[in-house]
Amino acid sequence: MAIASAVPVSVEPDFYHTKTKYKGILGWIFTTDHKRIGILYLVTMLVFFFTAATLGVLMRLEMLTPGRTFVDAQTYNTFFTLHGIMMIFLFIIPGLPAVFGNFLMPIMIGAKDVFFPRLNLLSWWLFLFGGIFALVSVFLPGGAADTGWTFYVPYSVRTSTNVIPALSAAFILGFSSILTGLNFITTIHRMRAPGMTWFRMPLFVWSLYSTAWIQVLATPIIGITLLLIAIERWFGVGIFDPTLGGDPVLYQHLFWIYSHPAVYIMILPGLGVVSEILPVFARRTIFGYKFIAFSSLAIAFVGSLVWAHHMFTVGMSNTGMFVFSFLTFLVSIPSAIKVFNWIATLYKGSIEISAPLLFILSFIIQFCIGGFTGLILGTLAINIHVQDTYFVVGHFHYVMFGGTGFGLFAALHYWYPKMFGKMYKQAPAYISWFLATVGFNLLYFPMFVLGYEGMPRRYYDYLPEFQTVHQIATVGSWILYAGIVVMFVNLVVSLWRGEKATANPWGGETLEWKVPSPPPLENFDEIPVVTTGPYDYSKYEKAAQEVK
Amino acid sequence: MEQHDHSSSPHDAPHTVSYVTYLLIWLALVMLTGLTVALAGVDLGRWIIITALTIASIKTMLVLEVFMHLKFEDKTFRLFVLVACVTFAIFITLTFFDYAFA
Repeated sequence: MAIASAVPVSVEPDFYHTKTKYKGILGWIFTTDHKRIGILYLVTMLVFFFTAATLGVLMRLEMLTPGRTFVDAQTYNTFFTLHGIMMIFLFIIPGLPAVFGNFLMPIMIGAKDVFFPRLNLLSWWLFLFGGIFALVSVFLPGGAADTGWTFYVPYSVRTSTNVIPALSAAFILGFSSILTGLNFITTIHRMRAPGMTWFRMPLFVWSLYSTAWIQVLATPIIGITLLLIAIERWFGVGIFDPTLGGDPVLYQHLFWIYSHPAVYIMILPGLGVVSEILPVFARRTIFGYKFIAFSSLAIAFVGSLVWAHHMFTVGMSNTGMFVFSFLTFLVSIPSAIKVFNWIATLYKGSIEISAPLLFILSFIIQFCIGGFTGLILGTLAINIHVQDTYFVVGHFHYVMFGGTGFGLFAALHYWYPKMFGKMYKQAPAYISWFLATVGFNLLYFPMFVLGYEGMPRRYYDYLPEFQTVHQIATVGSWILYAGIVVMFVNLVVSLWRGEKATANPWGGETLEWKVPSPPPLENFDEIPVVTTGPYDYSKYEKAAQEVK
Repeated sequence: MEQHDHSSSPHDAPHTVSYVTYLLIWLALVMLTGLTVALAGVDLGRWIIITALTIASIKTMLVLEVFMHLKFEDKTFRLFVLVACVTFAIFITLTFFDYAFA
């Protein structure tokens, strides 16, 4: 991305060392600086991530043998409910937009901050309170909610566990998500630097913009739906419970109207990260910029219309099932457009292997497996066979963890020098990538086999013939967890022992690489004037051609 | 007559809405609510949903246009609201692909 004049070397101290109104911890929790808020989200989110990942490993440990291995059935139900709520609402939905969107999006569009800095801080506080509510619900009398993250009625209306606090947590977290979306839409519309036209915006920003629209439009629906469950529990109003005259299928419609687009809230920023990292390490101008940008919008739009493919076995009308199956197939088109353009970007590139790129390559392969198995699930006849089995669990984790999770790891390794001003060691990063990729596939691929053979999801017990495959998956969970631990030990140790990072260690062309690492408080001494697109690697392409 | 001056941001041209207008809109909203309640007791079959949603949509538009000053905003804001309304309409339509054909 060329700018009219070089960004002057900042004489300002970086944002960590700038004097603020409050000192110490108060300087963080009352900050309105988008970068500090991004770091706040990162720290909070990682706490929840490790808690939820540990619960996941414990779940797999329980599945090592049929029957009881080390916990009872009720505890197992609590494990998967908390694992789901934390991973979905506290890690993967806020993950990329709230952490990297907050830290980088204003810099990438040439702005000094987001449009509503105080609202941004409020979003983080709501996120924190929502997370605390979720944790508190575990320890209150009545026990942790055991409904799964979907809160399906009529069970969620009748169970004596702490459903209301868990619902409150999701409700509050929804507001945090809406406010972040609102802030990002406004910022992208109002605060782009001079010359930063829509088609000069980095593709990560395009993906954040598409995500923000879903956050604003779809999240209120889940808020109201969860509130209706609370009203039904408190006042016995027949909304969803059939014994009171309600309709449980209506709940599923309302729940998935949000929760399926939420899947795209989770994956779209991950797709943006791929588009950001690939050109840098392939030294190629991105192939099909406009197609990738518009495919983000298309995924956001069509992806909002496919929710009822979660409900093919609940007794929907045939017309309804046909329409939703068709729309599900339709959403694969913009997703495939992205993958083809990424592959074309790598083609004949001067590829430089690095930790961020390795995570991205794993992302692409795993996302494709997740996407194809999604098409299998979208096929009406096969869906009946594999509905609510481990096949769905495998598909979901391939997209969400194999895609977004690995995208987040890639983003962390890519923007770590910018965020913290330090470099990490490459060897442990490679080892962590290897362990995470091997462990991930060993954990989740067997689930397709289990599901196809009829192993239902969320069951505490299973038939003896499933044991070997379950044990393979459990061993995979240990390897994956080990990879994640190595990754974060490397990144945390590098905060103190890492070498100082230069402003542009990877040779990136987008605006965040034109400012010091870490950036000063207001990012730019002068707002830059942008004159070209974000991925201008023509000089490398010419050099590569001359060599040939 | 007292007038309410609304000029919250510098790029907006100042505009005014009289309290008479506010009062009339409020009365219209109350009457439409009364109509909804009255129609709830009449057996209109499948039309009851369409009737109720139409009345609710009119009320929403009145609140958006007058109370929330949408009619004074520029095209971008009106487009944003339109996107939200169209999305909501699509959600309802697709949901009724299930209920209407069940």
